[in-house]
Amino acid sequence: MDRSRRISLIIFAGIIILFILSWIIKSTTLLNVGTESLLSIRDAFFITFAAFLTLAIFSFLYKDNPYYKFAEHLFVGVSAAYWMCVGFWSTFVGNFIPKVSTTLSNFFEVPPKEFDIFYFIPLILGLMLLMRLSPKGGWLSRWSLAFIVGTTAGLNLIRYLRTDFITQVSNTFIPLLVDWNGIGPFFSDFSLSASGQFVMTLGNWVIFIGVFSGLIYFFFSKEHKGFFGHASRVGIWVLMITFGASFGYTVMGRVSLLVGRLTFLFKDWLGLIS
Amino acid sequence: MKRQVPVLITFIVGTVLILSVFFPPAERLGEDFSIFFDIIAVFAFFLGGGNLLRIHFGKVYQKREDWGFSIVTLCGFAIMMMAGLFKLWNPGGIAADVAAPGSLFQLMYDWIFNPLGASMYSLLAFYVASASYRAFRAKNIDATILLIAAFVILLGRTPLGMYVTSWVPESFSILQIPNLAIWIMVSPNLAGQRAIMIGIALGVVSMSLRLILGVERTYLGVDNE
Repeated sequence: MDRSRRISLIIFAGIIILFILSWIIKSTTLLNVGTESLLSIRDAFFITFAAFLTLAIFSFLYKDNPYYKFAEHLFVGVSAAYWMCVGFWSTFVGNFIPKVSTTLSNFFEVPPKEFDIFYFIPLILGLMLLMRLSPKGGWLSRWSLAFIVGTTAGLNLIRYLRTDFITQVSNTFIPLLVDWNGIGPFFSDFSLSASGQFVMTLGNWVIFIGVFSGLIYFFFSKEHKGFFGHASRVGIWVLMITFGASFGYTVMGRVSLLVGRLTFLFKDWLGLIS
Repeated sequence: MKRQVPVLITFIVGTVLILSVFFPPAERLGEDFSIFFDIIAVFAFFLGGGNLLRIHFGKVYQKREDWGFSIVTLCGFAIMMMAGLFKLWNPGGIAADVAAPGSLFQLMYDWIFNPLGASMYSLLAFYVASASYRAFRAKNIDATILLIAAFVILLGRTPLGMYVTSWVPESFSILQIPNLAIWIMVSPNLAGQRAIMIGIALGVVSMSLRLILGVERTYLGVDNE
């Protein structure tokens, strides 16, 4: 046995011992809190296993290793099964079964609804989709795919036109003078307060000019020269602020997830923080 | 048969869904098609699961590199599937919600699926931080604007941002970093997001029309299948 393999085995044995120790200690802690014995053993196992998985994922920061691969592969299998089960119970049993069979509705203990023969269409199309796995009948899955594509296209065409186009354009036409009572009061009450008239007015100007300059930047049918070029330049600046803000938000989101995991490790698992 | 029928299906389904918005009697048809879509999507999940099994069984059977980890995937998949489909340890039996508290399915979600997902995504915090350290250089005015916006948003979301500019008087409160961060989010950021959203909406509409009218057929793949 070469040296690296021996070291790997020692690390593996160490992790197993630590896992069992953690399980026992956690079970004892939960028992002392008053949890039922079997439940405490079960919960202690799951908490220890979750901690192991969290540390296994974080171990990738050092380098790719078998523990990370274990966690990664487990995640793939569990998440695939999770979405399949959720889809089966919520959509298939919840929406399909009650419409096609009273016997099956009674079996799954869901209230049956009025029989609708058209609900066999998605069943047939769904089964045709599974033909994708067959080497010869794969082309049949195109019919189901065509239904999916047609539904997505039909729904999205209206939805995007309504919410992302008409609503957004409409919301861009906003008053460029907020709470306007004349030039005199504007200067006499001038302040840089976050809720003040000047800041609100400036915000509306930025939104109005920003949206139009941003759209001009995305308009490639005309060369970006002269006024068009300047407007496009402003559009780039607005987009840069957007990307910066999105980046900042993404980082904060990831950091809060990290804080959540560290809280789990130090609070739920190790019990070091209250 | 292999190409014309799918194009016809896309055309009919897409047109019916658009018309259902304008003709109230057809509204129910639109709702039904949406449910049909969800039901077919469940089969798509099963297709994905079947494909996953095929790949990993193949890997184990042929003893390809890292085949041992494929067993982990298969075991995780099998246990979660059994827990979900047979509602194991579910206190309410078959009639209860699949994710009822105390069920094996919910326990596996809480202690395996959720920690793995959260840890995987939180890992990105380190990579984003290291990438931004390398990429964020105020080389030109565009990069400087991006850098300042990101810095203000990050600082504005932490107690430090409040602490550093707490001395700024109320009449200049927009210069307080948390307020500035909020203003960036609701004004220039909103403008940029809106421009992008309008662009995306126009793209989606044109692509949907191309699909419904059969101009765009790449989703059908090649003919030698």
